[in-house]
Formats: sequence, structure tokens, C-alpha cells
Amino acid sequence: MSQGTNYVLGVYDDEDVLMDAIKTVRESGVKIEEVYSPFPVHGIEDVLGYKRSWLSIAAFMFGITGTTLALTMMVGMMGVDWPMIIGGKDYIPIPSFIPVTFEMTVLLASFGMVGTFFVISNLKPWGKPRIYDIRITDDKHVMAIDLDGNDKSEADIKKVLQGSGATEVNNKTFD
Amino acid sequence: MHAESEVRIPLVTGGKTVHDVSEDIAGRVEQKPTVTWMLAMAVSLALLLAGGYAVAITLWDGIGMWGLNKTVGWAWDITNFVWWVGIGHAGTLISAVLLLFRQRWRMSINRASEAMTIFAVICAAMFPVLHMGRPWLGFYWALPLPNTFGSLWVNFNSPLLWDVFAISTYFSVSLVFWYIGLIPDFATIRDRAQNKISRAIYGALSFGWTGGAKTWSHYETVSLVLAGLATPLVLSVHTIVSFDFATSVIPGWHTTIFPPYFVAGAIFSGFAMVLTLLLVTRKVYKLEDYITIQHVELMNIIIIVTGSIVGIAYITEFFIAWYSGVEAEQYAFINRATGPYWWAYWSMMTCNVISPQLFWFKKIRTNLAATFVISIIVNIGMWFERFVIIVTSLHRDFLPSSWAMFYPTMYDVGVYVFTFGLFFTAFFLFAKFFPVINMAEVKSIIKATGEKPTKSGN
Repeated sequence: MSQGTNYVLGVYDDEDVLMDAIKTVRESGVKIEEVYSPFPVHGIEDVLGYKRSWLSIAAFMFGITGTTLALTMMVGMMGVDWPMIIGGKDYIPIPSFIPVTFEMTVLLASFGMVGTFFVISNLKPWGKPRIYDIRITDDKHVMAIDLDGNDKSEADIKKVLQGSGATEVNNKTFD
Repeated sequence: MHAESEVRIPLVTGGKTVHDVSEDIAGRVEQKPTVTWMLAMAVSLALLLAGGYAVAITLWDGIGMWGLNKTVGWAWDITNFVWWVGIGHAGTLISAVLLLFRQRWRMSINRASEAMTIFAVICAAMFPVLHMGRPWLGFYWALPLPNTFGSLWVNFNSPLLWDVFAISTYFSVSLVFWYIGLIPDFATIRDRAQNKISRAIYGALSFGWTGGAKTWSHYETVSLVLAGLATPLVLSVHTIVSFDFATSVIPGWHTTIFPPYFVAGAIFSGFAMVLTLLLVTRKVYKLEDYITIQHVELMNIIIIVTGSIVGIAYITEFFIAWYSGVEAEQYAFINRATGPYWWAYWSMMTCNVISPQLFWFKKIRTNLAATFVISIIVNIGMWFERFVIIVTSLHRDFLPSSWAMFYPTMYDVGVYVFTFGLFFTAFFLFAKFFPVINMAEVKSIIKATGEKPTKSGN
């Protein structure tokens, strides 16, 4: 075998076959590194045993930061720094603060969540992606299995993949 | 597990496979620009240039070049602003609200309508920015920055300031939502690219996307949460735009019905503009299998619903003006219908209330030519709606000695033309270099809602 990280790739044409294949492969004791798809496959994270994404919690945290920031800003400017009576309203007119508070909450929640998503998913314009198979972004689902991370032999893993309905089983090496 | 009904009409016709989707959509991006496209681009650039002259003069000589006068201090600028912002409502509504309601038919129209939203909001922003007269000082005037004018802050009681926050948040969140959707599709184009330059450009645009299940799982959460955030955002934007009027004391503006009425009107005009653009894109790009008659019909149904809400709002306003017993309010409404601007009022009524009712006939709402014509009529009507609300309310001032009329100058017209140039230039660039249909999403429904219905579901 050559240097670097060696992968065995199972290529699947159909998402339903893929779902069953993931179950079969995992039951046979082969560790799947990741499954790559051209589109989101419904329920794939459950069969792969992934935890639910925690990004919604991140969005909430960024959201309340936005709420706090907006209220602090407006109370600080209109209530503390330069209090003025405008249209007979209080120095701190809470109803008038609602729109800006809402907008800042949404703005920070969205940008914070998307930023976190980019960071944890390692997405960046200068990123050099590992492309296992050029057809992943077209119409093939690819199951990537790291040979070093598995106890089974290459031949055994290939047999499991072929038995699970893979249309092709390939090797791929990254430096 | 759920089962799909077998009688459901397929959303993608023509027996397309997942690979066909990449071929049909990404293939368009790879082609050399066609003559039709270059002609369309030339016309848009000509509009941009001609309008650019009016913009330059407005900036150089000031907004005194517009037809505004002491009585009518707000006219075409704010009319065009509200019109464009309204058009900018359909995109995020389609992608966010229809995502929350799990309406899969949104998938082949969301990309282009979100693009339209973003360009429309940019066009809208032109008007308040130009109306500042000296836009380069706008940062001090519009944003809560410490300034040198005596540490005064912006006034958070003002709906105009709320608008600054609402529109800029709406623009940035829509842009992010749109871009997140584009990332997997850019990766498709990157992997299909034949030459180094386009591989590098689309590679950078795709942020190194690989399509791993873990990333998709986070991605889907991001889309869902963004949809959840964008839904109240869409509703807030036009609500706040309506506050620009509703919180004032001008007869005809000072009404509590404005927020829902404006939001319905925005969705109404937004869907009309989506139809205008998509019917052309569909034809030119031969996307008949993706944007089917069923899509057009569903959008037309939304037009009937929102058009009828707008119609009811007009009638309610009239009734409440009478019922309130406030003479100024009653006069404002009688004057709208019978005063010197009667033609604007009745154009609005005909275009917005009567024309969409034709869509009750299935023959008309499934007819592409009729839909195209009505979609344009609706947007003409929606422009008149804003003109009627703004100019007819202002032109009869509190003192009869101040009564006046508004006459647009060529600079008013020119700036409006400029935004059309901007909008179409941006849209045609998008249509050429970006995938016009969300490939990843459409691919995910090929099996479930393609022409061969699955018995087992998915």
C-alpha cells in the first residue's frame, strides 16, 4: 500500500439502498468515517448514529446576545447619555425599542449561527476540500471507510460493501 | 416513515434523474452566453446608464431636481422604495415560510426568487440613500454612531430609524440564506468545471463543500433555524415600512390596518414579480420540467389570496374613514376616489382588486400568457397603490392655501429607470453565472415526487 491515508469507498446510486447499506455495514463492525451525498438524505444522521445538531442552541445564544446588545445600546443612548422627551414619551420608551431589539436579535442569531456552522464544518473560501469522488456533487452517494481506523482487512471491508448494494467499490489515497 | 399518495402530481416532470438535474441547471452556467442573453444585458445596461445620468445629476445638484414641492415632500422616491421593498418580500417568503410549511414546490422557484429579493432590496435602498442628498454623510444620520454634532444620538422613537434596522437586517439575512443554499450547488459546478479558472472561482464560492453527512445535518438545522428567523423577519419588514406612514398624523396614513395590509400587498406584488421573471426564465432556459404549470397555478392561488386581502383592506379603510366620523379622514378617502388623482386610484383598484380575481378560473390561472400579463398588471397596480397612499394624502394639505399637485421631473423618472437597469442587470448576471434552480434540493425530491411515485414512500 502507498503512503498517506487509505480509503475504501463504496459508491451508491440510490438513497434508500444507501440507508440500508449504512445499517448493514455498521452491523458488520466496519467503522464508517463519513458518508457523502449530493443532497441531504432524510434521516441519515440517525442511522449513522450522529447526535442532533446543536446549532439551534448556538443561534439562541447569539440571539439573546443581540437582544441584550440592542436594549443596552438604546437605553444607554436615550436613557442615560442624553435623555430627551420626544413626543411626550418616557426617556426609556420600551414600546419604541421593540422593532430594533427584534431586528438585532434576528441579525445576531443568523450571522452567529451561520458563522459557527462555517467554522465547525470547516467551510471557507480558501479551503482545499478532500474530494473523494468527483461525482458526489452530481448523483452518487459515497461511503468513505478509513483503512487505518478499522481492524478488518481491506478484502473483508470490500466484501461487506459489495454485499450492501454498492454499485462500485474503489480505493482512494490522500497524502 | 410516511407514504406519498400515488395521485400526487409530480413536482418535476419529464422523468428526470438526479444526474439530469446537474446537466440541466449547471450546464446553463457552463455554456457560452447566448445572443438573447447579450441583448437582454445590453438593454439592461442601457437603462442603467440612462438612469445613471439622473442619479448623477441628483447627487450633483441635489434633490431639488426632483418634482417635490413644499406640500408634497414625499412622492416617487418613497413610492418606488416601498414598491421595491414589497417586491423583495416573495423570495424569503417562498424559501422561509414555505420551508416551515414543508411545501416542496418551493424548491424549484426559491433560488431565483431569493435572488430577486436581494436585488429588489438593493434597488429599494437607492431611494432613501439618494433622498439623503449627501449619502456619504448617511452613516452619521442613520446609524447610532457617536458623532460630532453634540453627542446627540439617532431617535429610536422614529419608525424611519426602525426601517434602517429592518431593511438592513432583512437584506443581510436574506443574503446569507440565499448563499447558504448556493454553497452545495457551487460545489457541483466546481466539480464539473472543465477549466482552471472556473474551478478556482466556483471552488472559492463553494467554501470547500464536500457534502458529508455531518455537514448536511448541520446544514439542514441552519436552513430550518434561518427559516424560523426569517419568517417573522419578512413580516416585520413591511410592518415597519407601514409604520413610516401609520405613526404619522396625516389623514389616510394614520390607520391601524396598515401593517397587515402592507404585508399582504408586499407578498402580492412579490409573487407577481417572481412570476414575471420566472415565466421568462423558464421559457428561455427550457425549464418546463422543473417549473411546471402546477407551480404557476400555486403561485397564482397565493396571488388571489393576497390580492383579495388587499382588496378587503381598501374597502375596510374606506368604511373606517366614514365610520370614524373624522372629517379630514373622510375627505382624504373621497378625494382619493374622486379628486384630481382619481385615475391613480381607479388604476389601483382595477389592477389590484379586479385583475387577480380572474385567477378564480382554472383556465386563466393555468394559462402562461394570461399569468404573465396579469403579473405585470398587478405590479403596475401596486405601484399606484403606494402613489395613491402617499401623494393623494399629502397633496391636500391641512391649509387649503397649501394645496398642490405633484409633477415628476425627468430626474424622478430617471432614478426609477436606473433601479430597473440595476435590477435587470443583476438578475441577468445571476441567471447566467449562478444555478437558477436549487439543484441539491430538487435532487432530494426527485425520487419521492418524480414521475414514478413510490409505493413505500421514503
